Amino acid sequence: MTTSAPSLVDHLDILEAHAIFIIREVVAECERPVLLFSGGKDSAVLLHLAVKAFAPQKLPFPVMHVDTGHNFPEVIAYRDERVATLGLRLEVASVQEAIDKGRVPDPGPLGMRNRLQTVALLDGIARHKFDAAFGGARRDEDKARAKERVLSFRDKFGQWDPKAQRPELWQLYQGRVNAGENLRAFPLSDWTELDIWNYIKRENVPLPTIYFAHERPVIKRDGMWLAVGEFVHPEPGEVVERHLVRFRTVGDATCTGAVRSAAENIDAIINEISVTNVSERGATRADDRFSETAMEDRKREGYF
Amino acid sequence: MSESTTDLLRFATIGSVDDGKSTLIGRLLVDTRQLFDDQLEAVAHASAKRGVGDLDLSFVTDGLRAEREQGITIDVAYRYAATPTRKFVIADCPGHVQYTRNMATGASTADVALVVLDATTGLKEQTRRHLCIAALLGVRYVIVAANKMDLAQWSQSTYNAVVSQMNDVGTRLGFSDTVVIPVSALRGDNVVERGFEASWYSGPTVLQALEEAPAGLWANSEAGARLPIQWVLRQHGGGRTYAGMVTGSHFSVGDAVTLLPSGVTATITGINGPRGSMTSAVPGLSVDLDIDQDTDAGRGDLLATAPLPTVTDEFEATLCWFSDRPLTPNSRLRLKHTTRSTPVRVNTISGTLDVETLTVTPTDQLVTNDIGLVSLLTADPIVVDDYRANRVTGSFILIDEVTNATVAAGMIGHASFI
Repeated sequence: MTTSAPSLVDHLDILEAHAIFIIREVVAECERPVLLFSGGKDSAVLLHLAVKAFAPQKLPFPVMHVDTGHNFPEVIAYRDERVATLGLRLEVASVQEAIDKGRVPDPGPLGMRNRLQTVALLDGIARHKFDAAFGGARRDEDKARAKERVLSFRDKFGQWDPKAQRPELWQLYQGRVNAGENLRAFPLSDWTELDIWNYIKRENVPLPTIYFAHERPVIKRDGMWLAVGEFVHPEPGEVVERHLVRFRTVGDATCTGAVRSAAENIDAIINEISVTNVSERGATRADDRFSETAMEDRKREGYF
Repeated sequence: MSESTTDLLRFATIGSVDDGKSTLIGRLLVDTRQLFDDQLEAVAHASAKRGVGDLDLSFVTDGLRAEREQGITIDVAYRYAATPTRKFVIADCPGHVQYTRNMATGASTADVALVVLDATTGLKEQTRRHLCIAALLGVRYVIVAANKMDLAQWSQSTYNAVVSQMNDVGTRLGFSDTVVIPVSALRGDNVVERGFEASWYSGPTVLQALEEAPAGLWANSEAGARLPIQWVLRQHGGGRTYAGMVTGSHFSVGDAVTLLPSGVTATITGINGPRGSMTSAVPGLSVDLDIDQDTDAGRGDLLATAPLPTVTDEFEATLCWFSDRPLTPNSRLRLKHTTRSTPVRVNTISGTLDVETLTVTPTDQLVTNDIGLVSLLTADPIVVDDYRANRVTGSFILIDEVTNATVAAGMIGHASFI
């Protein structure tokens, strides 16, 4: 057979290949990896890549949902559908359980729980003796994430030390840890929000319906549109309005804002974020607004 | 076949502390409108809070608390930018000698180095160190931002002095081409927008130079195609395929390949890529290969086309030593090379490289941030190319067996300037 000219590849192919390479390296080097699956678009892409990395074999590790208890029902339905379709093993690290056991203070049924995720995550990692946890974090999301290695070493307390990161040269990802320590692995480090959407479009990656424009009751709180539902009730003075909205990220329902949008399909979403003036987290995440270094502080405590 | 990455350029900023690397990247991102309104507001807010003016551009990439408190870059920040012609992955590296390991991290994957130096002071030792490390890591193309030209009253003789210094260093380190651009990162002249002060300068702006720089320089190699095996995939029906990332050159169905270190020869009968079967795979793609021989190949083995790499357990290498503890002969460590990990012992340390004079001084130990020439002995054989021929099969790291810290970066063989 003669050698045919290699086909052209674009930058999405390069990002995809790199992510698959990272996933295989971590699974080969670590004893008990797990993939953190929130049901958000980044973890949806990550799961899609992980399945590709080991096809036609089944995914050789479980997925874990860090469940704040304040979920969008559409996201839980999506999570369970993915788990059933792909034949995955699902573990749930529950914030509610951590509250019930007195591991963390109870912020009240409607209080914000994103910070409490750290304790549930670390408990889940310890309970299953996971030594590596894949996350869908991207470096374009936040200035602290922009500093983090692809393989982020965490000590016995799950802490990130940004001043003492392991050198990470070339594509020599080094996953050795001692007992009790763990790694966070971020195969999507070099992807941008736009890359994620273009890849979802190319690969037909299924997503929860709340990413697409739909009408729902919302209230304006701290400059964000919050969906009125089981965990968000209007306070005195807050007016419930009905708007066409979609979500740009998926997190705890009490602190994840919607954006006003008529984008009903992926092409419309790509057009919309190509011209937006507001970052993904700036538009939708109350949990990053506490301080200048909110993300860095949470990562130091063990957050993903 | 470097078309595989031509629309994506990876570059790293290098140079001494306080010469303006982070400010230049901040300026580049702001002036090409890569920042969202809320991110700009956050930078303005942080600047006001720390009393450093309306908009401290270095805060765009210096995102850690300690970095903002101390006004320095501690670790690499990765940022992403896109212009109509190209996508950029930017590694903004720290300048302090203490954080050389982080600079090496950022530069190890770069196609191009963007050197930022203070034109009023010229090339400092730390700039020369970074240039030397970048050259060792295989960077062949550098763009030089002669910064703070506003402080030099846009003096052409100041600029010419930098050009002369850079030509001298560039020739010795073997850079293929060096463009020197007079800029003020603070004011924005010649970064994205052309400045009017340097009427004598007609070359490109920093952005133009980045858009014109050659990308994907690492995609191809004179040596053949290599696939370090990461994982063996069991196919339906009982067959096995070998998964990994292609490097060096492309593999095609029908190619004769050799499995190393065993030496078994075979023919490629199928290639599976992320989007299904394909007839050939270019460097940088993650694929799995099917071959016509039943072998016991596994992780750490390598499939190659001719010219074949070398199987060895004893070799010469250039080391960047990162640890606070010195490296001495007979030290025992763990070596990670491609997908193989093996115990390694230091046979000899023959010398350290002086980054200013590029001469080698005999020594019997390496201390933090030394660049050393060593001979290593591995417990298991590894399959290598010279680093100049292949960045993947020519590189390795050394790991402390107790702490698991990465203590050194190594390159098989020596650069021609040593």
